[in-house]
Amino acid sequence: MTSLSFPNLLEPRSPMRFVPLAILVAVLATLPFVLPNVWYFDVAIRIAANITVVIALNLLIGHCGQISLGHAGFFGLGAYGSAILTSLYAWPPMLALAATAIVVGLLAWLVAVAILRLQGHYLAMATLGLGIIVSIVLTNESAFTGGPDGMSVPDFAVFGLRIAGEKAWYWVFAGLVVAAVVFATNIVESPAGRALRALHGSEIAARVVGIDTASFKTRVFALSAVVAAVMGSLSAHYMGFITPGVAGFSKSVELVTMVVVGGLASVWGSVFGAALLTLLPDVLAHLEGWETLAFGMILVATMIFLPRGIVPSLVAFFTKKEG
Amino acid sequence: MKTSLAGLALALALTTTGSATLAADGPIRIGTVLSVTGPLAYLGDPAAKTLDLWVDRLNAAGGVLGRKLELVSYDDVGEASKANGLVKRLIDNDHVDVVIGSHSTGATMAMVPVVENAHMPLISPAGGAIIIDPVKKWVFKTPPTDRMAAERVYGHMKAKGITKVALLCETSGFGQSARKEAQAVAAGFGVSIVADEAFAPKDTDMVAQLTKIRDAAPQAVFVLGTNPAAAIVTKNYRQVGLTQPLYQAHSVTSQEYVDLAGAAAEGVVAPALPVVVFDDLPSSDPQYPRLADYVGAYRAKFGQDPAAYGASALDALLLYVDAVGRAGTTDRTAVRDALEKTSGFVTTASMVSLSATDHLGLKADTFRMIEVRGGKWHLAP
Repeated sequence: MTSLSFPNLLEPRSPMRFVPLAILVAVLATLPFVLPNVWYFDVAIRIAANITVVIALNLLIGHCGQISLGHAGFFGLGAYGSAILTSLYAWPPMLALAATAIVVGLLAWLVAVAILRLQGHYLAMATLGLGIIVSIVLTNESAFTGGPDGMSVPDFAVFGLRIAGEKAWYWVFAGLVVAAVVFATNIVESPAGRALRALHGSEIAARVVGIDTASFKTRVFALSAVVAAVMGSLSAHYMGFITPGVAGFSKSVELVTMVVVGGLASVWGSVFGAALLTLLPDVLAHLEGWETLAFGMILVATMIFLPRGIVPSLVAFFTKKEG
Repeated sequence: MKTSLAGLALALALTTTGSATLAADGPIRIGTVLSVTGPLAYLGDPAAKTLDLWVDRLNAAGGVLGRKLELVSYDDVGEASKANGLVKRLIDNDHVDVVIGSHSTGATMAMVPVVENAHMPLISPAGGAIIIDPVKKWVFKTPPTDRMAAERVYGHMKAKGITKVALLCETSGFGQSARKEAQAVAAGFGVSIVADEAFAPKDTDMVAQLTKIRDAAPQAVFVLGTNPAAAIVTKNYRQVGLTQPLYQAHSVTSQEYVDLAGAAAEGVVAPALPVVVFDDLPSSDPQYPRLADYVGAYRAKFGQDPAAYGASALDALLLYVDAVGRAGTTDRTAVRDALEKTSGFVTTASMVSLSATDHLGLKADTFRMIEVRGGKWHLAP
C-alpha cells in the first residue's frame, strides 16, 4: 500500500495541499488549551509575529532573490509609528496602524525604485544602510521616540473593543499567521509566483520571457515592508513598551537567518525557521552563558545537514526515499 | 506532515519541561533579569557575581524566614524586548517571589507594564529617574538617579566658583538621559551651559568636539558617557590643550576608566557610589560596615574589586530580604507594602527610607565626589 507521499502535501496542484494548512490551524486552535501558563502564550505570540514577518520576507529573499538586511527597520518604523501616533497624538490605534503601514509602504516603494536597481551584495548593503538609518533616527529623535530608553505604548482597541492580555492577543497573532500562510501560498501558486521564481532563477531570462522584473521586485519589497510594519505596530501595542532595539541590525539579521534556516522560497520553511529560532533562546535560557554557543552549534548543524533549509531539505530527503 | 508533527512535539516538550509547582515552604525564589552578555555585560557581570555570592552567604547563614533563597537568572543580552519576555517567564512559569533587574533603563521600563499587571515587586539597579518618577506601585530602584549625579557635580562646581560649563554627552541611552537632567538642573546651581556637544559610543576621536568646546571658553567640562569613549575623551582633552577641570559621570567610576585613559585621567573628578572608594572610607563612615562585609567577601571570592553596578544589585537583594523579614512572609502584596515602609535601612549606597511617594529613598549626597590620583580613584578633598 502506498502511503501518502510527503511531497504531495506541498505541491501546488496536489489535492492534499490543504493538509498542512489544516494541521497548522488545528495546532493553533489547540495550543491555548494545552499551554500551561501565560508565558507560553507570550512565546507563541512572539513566534507568530516572527513567522508572519518572515513569510513576507521570504517572498522577497526566496522568490525574488533579493536580500534585505533592513527589515527590522520597517518593523521598527511600524512599532514607533503606532506608538507615537497613539500616545502623543491620541490617534485611534487602528487608524495609526493603517496610516503607519501606508507610509512605510510608500517609503519602501520609493526606496525600492532606487535600490532594487542594485543587485547582489550592493542591494544587501543598501538595505543594511536603510535599516541602520532608521535605527539611528529612532535612537536620536528623543523628543518623539524617547531616545534609547524607549517609550510606552497604549493598549490596542478596535471600535471600542480593547485587546489586552496574552490570551486575547494570541488569537490576533494566530489569525495573522494563518492569513499570511494562505496569502503566501496563493501568491506562490499564481502566475505572479511563477514570475517571481523565474526572476530568482535568472533575472535576464525572466525579462526575456516578458516579465516586468523591476515592477515585481518593487511590489514584493513594499509588500514585505508593509507586513513588517503592521507586525511592528501590533507587537508594540502588545508589549506596551518599545526601545530602538526592535529596529536594530541584529534583529534584521535574525529575520534573514530565519528565512535561510527554514528554507528559501518555502512558505512552510518560514514557519519552521521562525518558530525554531524564536524558541531556541527560550529553550536554552537555563544554560547560563552557554546558550550562545549552543545556539550557534544548532545553526551550524542545521546548515550542514539541512543545507537548503529545514523544510526543502526534508522534502528532498523524503522524496528520494519514497521515489 | 512529519515536520508539522515535529513542531507539535517540540511545543509539547517545552510544555512539560517548564511546569514547576511550589510548596509553600520551598525556597524563596528570586528572579533576576541581568545583562550578563551583550553590550551591557560590564554592568551585568559584577551584578550576577554579587547576587550569587550573597545568596550563598544568606543560605549558609540559614536563609530568610527559615527558608533557603534560590536565584532564577536570565540574561536579556541588553535588549529591552528580551527583558519583556523574560520577566513574563519569571512570573508565570518560574513563580518567583520578586524580580531584580535589569541594568538599562529601557529594559527596566519594558518590564514595568508586566510587573504592574502581575502585581510583582520589581527592584531595578538601573539609573534612569523615569523608573520611579512618577512612582509605580510595584517598582523600586536602588542606585541614585542621573539627576542626582548632575546635582552633585554642579554643587561641587559651585563651591569652586565655576559658572560656565560645557557639556559633552554620549548619544547612548545613559548619555541622553543624563544630558537632559544635566540641562534641567543647571540653572538651580547658577551654572550656564556655554557649549553642548555630542559623541557616539563607538567614536574613536573627539578632538573636533573638544576644539569647539575650547573655543567656547568654559570654566569646566562635564562629560556624560561610558567607556571606552569617555576614556578617549579624556585623552583628547589633554591633546587639545584644555586645562580646565574635567568632570566625568558616575558611569566611568571604575578602574577600567583609569587604565584606559592612563596619565590623562589624573585630576579627573566624578560622582561615585561609596563602594568605588571603599579603601578611602574611614571606619566611622555610615556605609563602612556594610561595604567592608561586601567588598571583603567579593575580593575573597573573585580576587577583584566589586564595581558600583554590583553594589546596586546587592542593595536590591538587601532591601528585599529586609522587607521579607519585616513582613514575615513572602506574600507579594505584604512584601511590597513592607518595602514601601523601609525606614533608615543601611545599604551600600546610603541610609534608605522609602514611602508611598518615594521608591528610591536617596539624596544627591549619596554620591561621593572622587578624583583620580596616582592612577586610582580616591575621595576628592
